[in-house]
Amino acid sequence: MSGSLPVPPGQHPRAAARFLAQETRVRRHDAAGWHLRSNRDRGAASVPEWEALREAASAIKGHVLSRLADYLEEFERNAAQNGIQVHWARDGAEHNAIVHGLLAGRGVTRVVKSKSMLTEECGLNPFLEARGIEVTDTDLGERIVQLLGEPPSHIVVPAIHRTKEEIGELFYRRLGTPAGLADPTALTEAARHHLRQKFLDAQAGITGVNFAIAETGGVVVVTNEGNADMGTSLPPIHVACMGVEKVVPRARDLGVLLRVLARSATGQPSSVYASHFHGPLPGGEMHVVIVDNGRSAILARDAFRPSLWCIRCGACLNTCPVYRRSGGYSYGATIPGPIGSVLSALRNPRAHADLPFASSLCGSCSDVCPVRIDLHQELLAFRRELAGQGLVPLRKRLAMKAASLVMRRPALYALAGRVVRFLLRAAPWALRLGPGAAWARQRALPPGPRESFRDLWQRRAAGGEGGTP
Amino acid sequence: MSSRDDILRALRRAGPPPTPVPEWTGRAMRFDDPVSRFLETVTAVAGTPLRVPDLAAADAAVRGLETWRRARLTATLVPGVGRSSLDLDAVARPQDLRDLEVAVVGGAPAVAENGAVWIPGSRLGRHRAVFVIAEHLVLVVRAEDVVHTMHEAYQRIQFERPGWGSFVSGPSKTADIEQALVIGAHGARSCAVVLIG
Repeated sequence: MSGSLPVPPGQHPRAAARFLAQETRVRRHDAAGWHLRSNRDRGAASVPEWEALREAASAIKGHVLSRLADYLEEFERNAAQNGIQVHWARDGAEHNAIVHGLLAGRGVTRVVKSKSMLTEECGLNPFLEARGIEVTDTDLGERIVQLLGEPPSHIVVPAIHRTKEEIGELFYRRLGTPAGLADPTALTEAARHHLRQKFLDAQAGITGVNFAIAETGGVVVVTNEGNADMGTSLPPIHVACMGVEKVVPRARDLGVLLRVLARSATGQPSSVYASHFHGPLPGGEMHVVIVDNGRSAILARDAFRPSLWCIRCGACLNTCPVYRRSGGYSYGATIPGPIGSVLSALRNPRAHADLPFASSLCGSCSDVCPVRIDLHQELLAFRRELAGQGLVPLRKRLAMKAASLVMRRPALYALAGRVVRFLLRAAPWALRLGPGAAWARQRALPPGPRESFRDLWQRRAAGGEGGTP
Repeated sequence: MSSRDDILRALRRAGPPPTPVPEWTGRAMRFDDPVSRFLETVTAVAGTPLRVPDLAAADAAVRGLETWRRARLTATLVPGVGRSSLDLDAVARPQDLRDLEVAVVGGAPAVAENGAVWIPGSRLGRHRAVFVIAEHLVLVVRAEDVVHTMHEAYQRIQFERPGWGSFVSGPSKTADIEQALVIGAHGARSCAVVLIG
């Protein structure tokens, strides 16, 4: 079964510190994220009209939300014509009950699943397993974390936090590979054989949905491994689970969205498989479960609505200096990284009040987002929101009040500068005590200058030396 | 009230006022020689491109493939290219294709920018699993079906409803273990693309 979150919500700084203590792991994790980010840059640079595409992708997603209910109804109508049964779930519990009902009602006890962050969000695996249904995650990374009893730590590369040696050890214990085997090709081959049997034995396949097409009543699922296609072309029952925001008006909108998705995720010009399902296998059944689970509440929030544009490419995770150095689990949420911080905080601001602060606000997430969600602005706006709700820790509130007090009074500001410069020269250790301790802990303090910028400027204005500013 | 009505009502209440549907009017990339570009992209996505003048040459090219020469169980869905060593229509269950070694499948359009080939389900015969369960995949495309980008590809595709279709770009792959690229995750271990014309 897929594990529950290893870190409870609200622990980001502490969990990040624990992750950072493992130096080799952090370095590797950081490099892995940067590798993906660099590939993404190459993918984006290969398309001259990249910025126009992002603009168009953003416009499509923005428009969809303005007529979301209409498009979902249109999708439902057309899907029904294709022989697809559409179900609706207000929340995760209803989603799980629907999926379980479908499977149990048909005597299914073995199901293969391809990657779906929605089913992670709803906790589908443990729900089904507790009711006697074996769920096998078939994406290699997801299978690895499933066998480890962990949730994914990244939305595209679920086992990014694990080394090949750890995976080798896992496969030795669980799949019977030779001890010490740590070659990715050999390990992948072992997983292929293991999962091939699961595909052949499965009675139903569950997938997520990357896009649903209103005009034609079909859903699109993309993978590189081919696991969604194995899982939906062998067993006769296909259950596809989607959030309400996944619908697009027409197939031609995918011309825009598919062009940015894989390039943003891994730098590939296309995913290997982009399958368009417009009906069940002959003699089989296809079901689509449309899930709200808090999305309509996010839709109502003008400032944060764009977080529903997300196409789950993972680019904002890969580029985020905080994600790369704190690991996915430190977020205490199903979706980590900048987009996860926004979505989790929206869902439960009290539990996830730490996440809008798990960012340097450098803006790199917004720069790489293929649908142009202004992620760092949303994180900043959410800090304001948390402050308004009294959900910012007292120490941080006091520090901000003090900073505001000083910065609005030039004389006080000048005095504070003089004190700090003096302390830097005479007693730098003093700056590592008191309220500034946490800030100063991992920073080298600069040498204390004798003059402030203001002093220099005044001397220059007075015609003295001081050089050209 | 049903969940469906609840959700739709909540979405109607929460959403912003309707805006007009946007159209892609941008200038997408174009290639001087899209067919050559397509073949280059196939190589870039770890596929094996083969360009031949006609159907007979396509047949010869497929029969010359190392994977084909070694295979005992083959299936072709492109008349005149390769041969089937089993009768696909007589296979009762898709699971029975588990030992299939090479599948030859036709598709269109083929996309220069990303090496993808659209495979409509109707070209896969009785079991669409054939394209993903075979150890090796051979895609047969025609030069006149090569388009520059995905925008054009969608203009040409007519969905079969009910039905299924997929863009396939190269062999199955994964990089889930330390970002090391491994070809042959769950689907085809190799993907030869035979381009006629």
